[in-house]
Amino acid sequence: MSETSTPGVAAPAASRRGLAATREPDATDRKLINALQGDFPLTETPFADVAAAVGLDEAEVIARVQAMLRDRVLTRFGPMFQIERMGGAFCLAAMAVPEAAWGEVAEAVNGFPEVAHNYRREHSLNMWFVLATERPEGIADVAGRIEAATGLPVHLFPKEKEYFVEMKLEA
Amino acid sequence: MASPAPDHSGLDELDRRIVLATQDGLPVVSRPYAAVAAQVGCTEEAVRERLTQMLESGRIRRIGAVPNHYAIGYTANGMSVWNIDDAVIDPVGERVGALDFVTHCYRRPRHLPDWPYNLFAMVHAASREAALARVDEIAMLLEREFRGACKGRDVLFSAGILKKTGLRIAG
Repeated sequence: MSETSTPGVAAPAASRRGLAATREPDATDRKLINALQGDFPLTETPFADVAAAVGLDEAEVIARVQAMLRDRVLTRFGPMFQIERMGGAFCLAAMAVPEAAWGEVAEAVNGFPEVAHNYRREHSLNMWFVLATERPEGIADVAGRIEAATGLPVHLFPKEKEYFVEMKLEA
Repeated sequence: MASPAPDHSGLDELDRRIVLATQDGLPVVSRPYAAVAAQVGCTEEAVRERLTQMLESGRIRRIGAVPNHYAIGYTANGMSVWNIDDAVIDPVGERVGALDFVTHCYRRPRHLPDWPYNLFAMVHAASREAALARVDEIAMLLEREFRGACKGRDVLFSAGILKKTGLRIAG
């Protein structure tokens, strides 16, 4: 369950940027990204179906998706679980992290499997992350463990109402 | 669109094994569901059926690619935050969430005195200027349609992705 690596954390220059892509997608990649943000087929050979829809062959689609994941043009490929529908919980959280401790705190926070996303933002509250736990009561528990591990207060911003969520961006 | 009711009965053992096997992503191979089946010890057909059921029940929002926003040109990821009069927060949230450049819109608790904001609207754009122009557009709309309801605002730009894994449940 652990992260295989924490790129960027060790090198201060890179840590500002975080997990940046190593290249830009070309026109074919962009077409594929748009096609793959729809409903991925639940067929025996879904990449072949996507390939047929965009006019490529299956081997090229598979190779391009693998390359885009490797180069972090894609951050994920697979099911996006709605944990609240499985009895679990999500919660946005933020911390004010001193610059001097940035790398160390980022590494500690990212090391928690319950931390699903983590963004650096420009504000006194400069680290914003999403906690995902299997039970609603797990949120307060993991927030407490992050406070213990970092020595910094964790502010919780639970969703009180969802007005809109769009899951796709045109490439 | 009607949402499926939350189901706190959770997952059965096979569902759970499938979630664990796919939460880091689907194998990018010709027959990804067969690969998952081999890993969890069931038939390919069962994996496809369970994933279909989880999509229908809303436990999976969708299956597919999650692009790195930066890599596809959405370099300015601005979290606009608003201090909105509680009396009109819901109509304001619905109105802002309906704007086509707002990708996520939520009501969240204030953390007074440091954090007076109760409405979060994520704006993705190709440049910081474009994102700020859109936030100004929201402000003007609120002044026009909900005069006096907005007591303050800020925009927190993302300065890097530190982690993005989606859901992880403990094995």
